[in-house]
Amino acid sequence: MKFDETTQGLGLRGLQVAPAQAFGAVRLVPLLKEHVREDLRLGTHSFRDRRPHAVGLRGQADAPDVAYCSYIPHAYVLDWTDDGAAVAARGAALTDKRLGLRDVGGVRVLHRMVRREEPGALRFLPLHLAMEGFLSLHFGGPDVAWSEYSRQALSHGLSPRREGSVLGVYVQGLEDAVRMFEVHERQVGCLVFVADALAAMVVFPHPDDYRALHRSLVRDFFGELVYQYAILYDDVPAHRVAVREAEIADLADLRAAITRARADWTAFTAEMAAGVLRESLRWQTIHRAGPFRLRRFMSALRPDEDNHIGEAIVRDSGELEYCKTFRLSAAQVRRAYLLEKLAQNLWDLARTAEALGVTVPALLVRLRNAGFAYLFKEHVLKNLPPGTV
Amino acid sequence: MIMSVQTRHAAAARVTCEDLVLFLNACFCCTGQREFYSDGHAQTVSIEFLHDYIRGNYRRLYARTLAAGVNHFNRARIVTELLASSRDLEPDERRDEGRLVVAALRSLPAPRAYRALLGVRARGVNNRRLRAIVREFLTARPDLQFDAIKYRGKLRDLILHTHLRLPGELGGFLFKGWKQRRYQTPLLETFRKAHFSDEALYELPFTVAEGMAARRKIDRAVFLRKIAPRLTALERLRLQATAAREGVTGLAIDLARAGLTRLAIYVLSLAPADREARRVELQAAFDGAARRCLRDAPLALGRVVAVLDRSYSTTGSPDKPRRSLAIALGVDALLRAASTDYLAFWTPATVDPLLAVPRGQTDLTGPLLDALETRPDLVVVVSDGFDNDPTGGAGEVCRVFKARLDPAGRTTIVHINPVFDAPELGPRRLGASVPTLGLRDAEDLPTALAFARFAAGDLSLAELEDYLARRVEVFLGRAAAPAPEAGV
Repeated sequence: MKFDETTQGLGLRGLQVAPAQAFGAVRLVPLLKEHVREDLRLGTHSFRDRRPHAVGLRGQADAPDVAYCSYIPHAYVLDWTDDGAAVAARGAALTDKRLGLRDVGGVRVLHRMVRREEPGALRFLPLHLAMEGFLSLHFGGPDVAWSEYSRQALSHGLSPRREGSVLGVYVQGLEDAVRMFEVHERQVGCLVFVADALAAMVVFPHPDDYRALHRSLVRDFFGELVYQYAILYDDVPAHRVAVREAEIADLADLRAAITRARADWTAFTAEMAAGVLRESLRWQTIHRAGPFRLRRFMSALRPDEDNHIGEAIVRDSGELEYCKTFRLSAAQVRRAYLLEKLAQNLWDLARTAEALGVTVPALLVRLRNAGFAYLFKEHVLKNLPPGTV
Repeated sequence: MIMSVQTRHAAAARVTCEDLVLFLNACFCCTGQREFYSDGHAQTVSIEFLHDYIRGNYRRLYARTLAAGVNHFNRARIVTELLASSRDLEPDERRDEGRLVVAALRSLPAPRAYRALLGVRARGVNNRRLRAIVREFLTARPDLQFDAIKYRGKLRDLILHTHLRLPGELGGFLFKGWKQRRYQTPLLETFRKAHFSDEALYELPFTVAEGMAARRKIDRAVFLRKIAPRLTALERLRLQATAAREGVTGLAIDLARAGLTRLAIYVLSLAPADREARRVELQAAFDGAARRCLRDAPLALGRVVAVLDRSYSTTGSPDKPRRSLAIALGVDALLRAASTDYLAFWTPATVDPLLAVPRGQTDLTGPLLDALETRPDLVVVVSDGFDNDPTGGAGEVCRVFKARLDPAGRTTIVHINPVFDAPELGPRRLGASVPTLGLRDAEDLPTALAFARFAAGDLSLAELEDYLARRVEVFLGRAAAPAPEAGV
């Protein structure tokens, strides 16, 4: 995937952070919109029949040569106007045909990740846009036919490339937290922390959209790390405000002190989400619709930091209208990191090993442990030390 | 550490007092049902532990809490506990407890009283004391024939357990089956006939007739129309939505007679458009209910400000839908009627409480500061105690206000909480500086406010015992008087 821009984080233009609500290990932080606009709305189209779906990524929908297969609970349908006039939220009132759904031998095939259904309406598959971007990273495989690579790797690239994730309902405590969360009046988004690690950031264009889609948070997918944290940690401390009583002389002081304490917590919460909000992100634009751009992004893939992938709709003025992020687990980051390093060094093992500061056998062990043994010829991996290096 | 005897006694008294206040507070609001923040199982475990603990350690005081205005669920539970464990009691203790238990059974709604007694059976306890109490209870029932129809299974099980003799044809009716013979008693005869004739069916109590009608596949609308004269006020209130769905018009209710909490629950069940259309009628009903409530339990307050929670968590649970919000509405009406000067701050703010729906976050801090700015005599906060915008703000405001801005205590702050928080073994507190009181029905607000001084931890065990002793006198006195007609 080709990136067309690098920025310092998503930022919070047009959004305010409100006090967090903690339930067990899950902390949900509301994001409020300062000025609600009516010209962009989002609805879901749920795939109620429990048949497998495949997404044709290239070519014809019913004869895809590359397909993306996953559990996909629903699609989002985006409605917008160019001139800023209000649109009516129509949700899932699109027919199968208009959604580009077709049956192929019992499998429903969706035509592309993102599809313009009609002027002013766009269908896309939430989070899968980002995930597909992540999976297709250097998907083509070695550009140079080095002798170590297997014939399969040279002719078919990384195919089949797969990553695992966990459905929201399996993240312990998330379902309860989502149920008990009290949605604010102007709320359009939410930061999800599990054991105080940022698990996801969700933003929708309109408060009504958020209210309608709040419960769908448990149908999103989360990384393996988030799943483990939810099991390991029972509780996170609440962000309780505290006031130093010696400084208070009257009610106005007290009010000011509370406001200050609240602002401190807000700033602190934004700090906790720095992985998405402030660290550098690489962007790729997927679709342009009126004044909006549908884009996906990926953080810098440093193995020692938290890394996120995601997708966003950004208004030309820079305001975030829609966003969903996914926290990569350490193993996923490692895999992507290794691929990226290989690609940077033209898939030359010796040069890559040198760039990483390790020996070639050590690099091969790392590649094998990351699950890329299928890229190499058998004799290359022979006599490597077991375990990690 | 070595303690002197006095210190040890003082410590013991303080612990007793704190335990008892905790228990009473739990008994005011807990019903063992699912709440918004915890499930039914957690609630049951929590309240059962409290009952076991208090009964085991402070038996005499435990019995007296029957008179302290605890809710029906806990009153029934205390009766069961007392009757199921009386082996080691002295005769005079038995006598005192017995009088309280009989009075409590008389004060409970019939199905709950029967269930409390059957609870003893479930524990496998059967003794002379229980039989005497059951005998007294049954003798005091206003119409045992009616009970034998409406609570057939319960009465039968109770007799099966205690082997008491029933008057007239009741024994045969319950144990030989209604097919055995014709009855001289009109009600029993009606019940027998109702199995064959439609006219007799509509002379039975609603709950009994409902089952038979379903078995005979009588159309629901027809059934409701014909049974309407037999409905109790509560059943009428409960069936409003069904009647509207079935298109039955004859089920009008007299809102002017409904109790405050029931009225609030009914109002919240209406769509906002309906409430708007019937505004004058509903408002008048609220005022009337509050006035009637104050006539029974007078309450005269000065300048009062209420902070009322209508956040999303007041949705409650499927077991108690919108109950927290209903209590906030009830308290609102009651305080307006009882105070000389009244102001209400809702959170999230609403201009019209009659149209309130549970929605939004809980910001108690802002409204509380607004309330304190008016310098009232009393601030009443009605909330489940989960303030999240920001968390813990209300407790902090109360603490600093008491310590720095109002050391003389001119303004009293009281937190009323309709929700039992299972992990905390009581209603969730805003902070150590505010007394938190559990409340099941808005009508019990005067009792709760009287109890506030104990919840604040200002008073000693002796004073608490005095308070309970006075309540016991009133309770026994009321039980001796003829039972009032059951209202809504």
